[in-house]
Amino acid sequence: MAQFGFENDIHSILKLDMPITNAPMARWQRKASSSAMSSLSPMKASNASQNSSKTPSKTPGKGKKVTPSKMGGDRYIPYRNSKQMDIASFLLAKENESGDAKTPGASESQKALSVQLNGYNIEDAKILHLGGKPLNAPEGYQNNLKVLYSQATTPASVKKNRFISSTPDRILDAPDLRNDFYLNLLDWSSRNFLAVALHDSVYLWDASRGDIILLMKMAHEEDYICSLSWTKEGNYLAVGTSDCKVQLWDVENQKRLRSMASHTARVSSLSWNDHVLSSGSRSGHIHHHDVRMADHHITTLNAHSQEVCGLTWSPDGKYLASGGNDNLVCVWPRVQDGSISNDSQTVRCWSEHQGAVKALAWCPWQANILASGGGTSDRHIRIWNVNSGSCISSLDTQSQISSLVFAPNYKELVSAHGYAHNNVVIWKYPSFSKVAELNGHEDRVLSLTMSPDCTTVASVAGDETIRLWKSFELDPLKKKAKDKFIKSTSGVIHQSIR
Amino acid sequence: MTSTLQGITLKGSSELVADFFSFGINSILYQRGIYPPETFSRVTHYDMSLHLTTDVKLKNYMNNVVAQLKEWLMECTVQKLVLVITCLETNEVLERWQFDIQCDKSAKENCAPREKSIKAIQDEIRSVIRQITATVTFLPLLDTPCAFDLLVYIDKDNDVPEKWEESGPRIIDQSEEVRLRSFTTSIHKVNSMVAYKKND
Repeated sequence: MAQFGFENDIHSILKLDMPITNAPMARWQRKASSSAMSSLSPMKASNASQNSSKTPSKTPGKGKKVTPSKMGGDRYIPYRNSKQMDIASFLLAKENESGDAKTPGASESQKALSVQLNGYNIEDAKILHLGGKPLNAPEGYQNNLKVLYSQATTPASVKKNRFISSTPDRILDAPDLRNDFYLNLLDWSSRNFLAVALHDSVYLWDASRGDIILLMKMAHEEDYICSLSWTKEGNYLAVGTSDCKVQLWDVENQKRLRSMASHTARVSSLSWNDHVLSSGSRSGHIHHHDVRMADHHITTLNAHSQEVCGLTWSPDGKYLASGGNDNLVCVWPRVQDGSISNDSQTVRCWSEHQGAVKALAWCPWQANILASGGGTSDRHIRIWNVNSGSCISSLDTQSQISSLVFAPNYKELVSAHGYAHNNVVIWKYPSFSKVAELNGHEDRVLSLTMSPDCTTVASVAGDETIRLWKSFELDPLKKKAKDKFIKSTSGVIHQSIR
Repeated sequence: MTSTLQGITLKGSSELVADFFSFGINSILYQRGIYPPETFSRVTHYDMSLHLTTDVKLKNYMNNVVAQLKEWLMECTVQKLVLVITCLETNEVLERWQFDIQCDKSAKENCAPREKSIKAIQDEIRSVIRQITATVTFLPLLDTPCAFDLLVYIDKDNDVPEKWEESGPRIIDQSEEVRLRSFTTSIHKVNSMVAYKKND
C-alpha cells in the first residue's frame, strides 16, 4: 500500500491538478483523520506519519518506531540487530524441547569428559546397587593370604644363609678301631659323653671338658667290642661283645653291673627302650632283655637269617626297627610288660633293599617315619611310613650307606658313606636336596652319632679317626631371640610376683 | 540334532552369563580372602573345582542380585557389573572388578537359537575364571578387613527395582588396570577387567 501511496504522490505532483499534498489539510479531512487516528498525535498530519519512511528526511521524528533494520545510521545508536535476540530466544526455547540443537562437537566432548570423569556416560546408564550396607566377612576375620606374600622365612632361604664348615670342628684319634661294617662302635650320651670302642676297650670322651676315660677292657686279647648303646638318661652303657655277651656298665662308678648271656654269636647291635635292652646278633636273632630281672631274656625275635647290624627303637618306644645282612628291614611292636613270648610277629617287613641294612633312623619330628640305607650293592636311602607300610621316597646316593641320623635343628638327614665316596652328606628332609658334603675321611665312614644338643655330628671311619662336624648350630640371631623371649617371659613372672 | 550342535537362546544365554557371575564373584571373594576360606564349600562346575559360599547372609544377597541380573540380561538392558572391594574402616575403594556386558539387542525371546555350543562357551568361561584365580599372584595383599559391593549399570530408561538404589561409579584414583579374557555367548559378550590401587 505504501508503494501505491508513493506512486500516487508522484503522479499527483507531476499532474499538478490535484491538491498539493504539503498544503494544510482541509478541515473536514483533518477532522476525519483525527477521529480515525489515536489522539496521541493530533497535530501531525495523517499522511506525514504514514509516509515517514518514504520521506528522505533524516530525522524520522520522535516516533516510537524502531529504526528499520536495513538502514545504516551515521550516529551511534545501540545496534542490537546483530545479537538476534529473537532468534536466540527462539533457539533457546527450542533447545529446551529437545537436545538436538546442540552442535555435535560439543556433545561429543561432553560425553568424553563424562566418560573420563566417571568411567561411564551419565546419559547412557545409571548405576544401581542393592540397598543396605556393603557386605563384609564376620567380625574378627583376618585375611590369611599374607602367607602367600611373605617369603622371607621359608626354610629354603634360611638354609642358604647358613654356613656349613667343610672342615671338622675336631678330630680325635681312634687307634686300633676295627674296620668292620657290621659293628656299631660309636654312641653319644645325653650327658655329653662320647663312647667309642677301640678293638677290646671302651673309651669315653667327655665332650664338655675334653677328658678321656678308659671304661673297660676285654679280659681276653682275641675278644673285641661289637656294639655300644647308652640308656636315655646316659648313666648306663650297654656293651655287646664278640663272646656273645651283653655287658651293662655304670659309667659314674665305672663299674660293671651285669653280664648277660643269651646269644650264640657276636652281639653287633644294641638299642634301649626304657628298661628293655634289645640286642641283635650275627645269628640273626634279636633278643629283648629286661635288665631289671634275673631272668633277663624275655623275647626272641626271629625274622633275619643273617647278622642283625642295624637296630633302633623309635623315640616314642612303640616300634623297634631292625636291619640285617639279609637285606631285610623289619619293624617290631613294643614288648608287653610281663609277657614272655617267643613268637612275636613283625609289624612290617620290607625287602626292597638290595644290600645289608645297617643304617636305620627314626624321624624325631614325624612319628612313624623310618629312614633306612642299604650297603654297597644297594646304595639307596629309603623313607618308610610304618603306619601304611609304604615307601615314601627313595634316593640313590651312589655310595654304600653305613649310618643315618636325623638332624632336627634344620630338619635334615645325615648319611655316612663307605665305598665309593667315604664321606658324610647332609640332605634336606623331605625334599632330599643336598645341603652339604663333609669330606675328610680317608677310609669308609662306619658310624655316625648326634650330640645331645643336636649341633654336632660325630663320624668314625676306617682311617682310625673320629671327626666332629659342627654343622647344625642354630642361627645366633634366632638364638638371641629365643633367649630374649625366655628373659621377657621371666620378667613377666617377676612382675606378677611383685 | 546332537547336543553339541544345539544353539543358544536368549534365555539360555542369560542363564549362562548369570551363572558365570555367581561363580565368578564367589571365586573372587574366596581368592582375595574377603571371606574366610572355611565358609566356602567346593563344587565342581565347568569341569573345574570352584568354591561357593556357605555364609547364609552372603548367599541370600547373591541370590537376590543374580535373580535380578538374569532379568536384566533377558531384557538386554544391563551394561556392566562391578564388584567393588572397599576397606571396612576408611571405605576407600581398593579393588574394582569390572565386567562389561555387551548385549545383542536384536535377540528376542522367540528368536531362532544362535549357533554356538554350550561347551565352547563354557570353555571360554573356564579360562576367565582361571585367570581370576591367577590374579592372586600380582594383586596386592588386602591387609585390612574388607567389605564388598556389587554395582550394576543398566540403561537409563529402566526403572529402579524395589530395594535397589542408585550409586556412584566408585572409581579408584591412581589405579593399575589389568584386562582379563572375555567370553561371548553370541548374545551377551562379557569383557573382564580388574583395577587395583597402585602401591606407592
